[in-house]
Amino acid sequence: MTILAPEGMLGYGIPPRSMAEGMKRNPDALAVDAGSTDPGPYYLGAGLPFTNRRAFKRDLGMILEAAHERRIPVLIGSAGGGGGAPHLEWTLDVYREVCRERDYHFRTAVIGAEVDKGWLNQQIARGRTSPLDLDTPLTAAEVDRSARIVAQMGFEPFMRALDMDAEVIIAGRAYDPACIGALPLRAGFDPGLVIHMGKILECGGAAAYPRHGSDSLLGFIEEDAFVVEPPNPDKVCTVASVAAHTLYEKADPYLLHLPGGAIDLARTTFEQLNPRQVRVSGTRFVKAPKYTLKLEGVRRVGYRTLAIAGVRDPILISQLDAYLENIRQRVADTYPDGYRLAFHVYGRDGVMGRLEQVKEIRSHEVGLVIEVVADDPDTSAAVLALARSAGLHVTYPGRKAIAGNLAFPFSPADLKAGEVYEFNIHHLVVVDDPLELFPIEIDET
Amino acid sequence: MRRTIGDIAAFVTSKNAGPFLLTLDIVFPDKATYERFKALRTLDHVTVAGLYGVMAEDVLKIIEFDPAYAVKITMRRAWSSGAVGESDVYGAQQHVPLMEHVVPWEDA
Repeated sequence: MTILAPEGMLGYGIPPRSMAEGMKRNPDALAVDAGSTDPGPYYLGAGLPFTNRRAFKRDLGMILEAAHERRIPVLIGSAGGGGGAPHLEWTLDVYREVCRERDYHFRTAVIGAEVDKGWLNQQIARGRTSPLDLDTPLTAAEVDRSARIVAQMGFEPFMRALDMDAEVIIAGRAYDPACIGALPLRAGFDPGLVIHMGKILECGGAAAYPRHGSDSLLGFIEEDAFVVEPPNPDKVCTVASVAAHTLYEKADPYLLHLPGGAIDLARTTFEQLNPRQVRVSGTRFVKAPKYTLKLEGVRRVGYRTLAIAGVRDPILISQLDAYLENIRQRVADTYPDGYRLAFHVYGRDGVMGRLEQVKEIRSHEVGLVIEVVADDPDTSAAVLALARSAGLHVTYPGRKAIAGNLAFPFSPADLKAGEVYEFNIHHLVVVDDPLELFPIEIDET
Repeated sequence: MRRTIGDIAAFVTSKNAGPFLLTLDIVFPDKATYERFKALRTLDHVTVAGLYGVMAEDVLKIIEFDPAYAVKITMRRAWSSGAVGESDVYGAQQHVPLMEHVVPWEDA
């Protein structure tokens, strides 16, 4: 069985040649992951995608065109990035527009992944939740504070949608490999191999060298192994590229957890089949005693306003900390509390923050991002405006440049960055039925 | 002779492993280089913690992954990705202290 992952993130750009070459290999399904928590908590909270609509529509159009021509299923996981209800709605809006314009009529399954707060609080009361990668147990108070909570579905909802004869499956938040592996798993292939193949294909061409740009990847699953190959003729899969990709974004490469179990890579072998293909075998699925789902949630922590400025004056750079503290003090004279004011100093520790071990400034100029987060947008804007004007005009010992301390590249200088969210739920919940959180609706239009 | 890990490795990268963890990968170009590096026993929890100015217990795992000729280090993030005070949402530019770490290395 052959699966084509046209790209690693729906909307990042499918190279047309890779798509065409991939389709020549007669895939049995097109599967693409559309989500991630990588871009941060904002998108899940705000209910917005992190991909561009025009780019997303182009990629989706290419996939649907290929599927329409060959009559093969399309499986999309983590629709709209965050995979919540508004993300699913956004994806469906683009999908329906493409279908309308091209007169496509697919039997479509839509799978929700948003978690009801009342249900989750019941699970907390029953002791069915546990923390993941952090020490804090989930509380009802934290659930109630969340702006949105989703659960990562496993393979089962996709497989159920295939049972319902869906031609296109658009699913909310999902375990990344689930869309890739649902068809082969349903066909009876070894779950360890299917899941491992899914883990590699979910990032598209990222497991091929040279590693640049969004690209496609083919997976061929057999009884006792699977083979991966980039359809792009300019790229190759090597043992190093595929094995290294197994490490990518994972805390422990030997044991990768997923809904209902884990895959164990202790006996996995990677072999170079030919210059462009790598064969993987030996990965084993280990069923968990209890079926757990990963929960993701965010809470709103305020509203951000920011300004970007540069400093070139060496006299000021030499006493930057005292200067920034002076600004902070002047702002506090007017606004004693109710906000957070931060200075990101590029040229010093703007990139690494607390982890930066180079303490002195070595460059002739520094970049400043002045950031305010407050409970309401007006306070945020007011505090930032004062910090910006104080920053421009406060004096300091030895000052020669009395007209102004900062170079602003933009007018307006103050930029409203909107709502700010933080991840507050990263926990597991035990369920009896892998399908229970994920309602499937069939849409014939 | 001394070399940095960046001189020896094919790749040294950092990335989030979920919103609460940061993971660093060192991938060596071949088995021989990887085995030589492993034999140095140069990376332990205290050393890595020192490179980043964190507590040794915040360095959660150091794993040698033979199939990829790679060493993986997973650290606790000081705050969740994108929280107020963040400097690198994806965690993609936190590799340099590891890359510049100097180890004893005789050129073959």
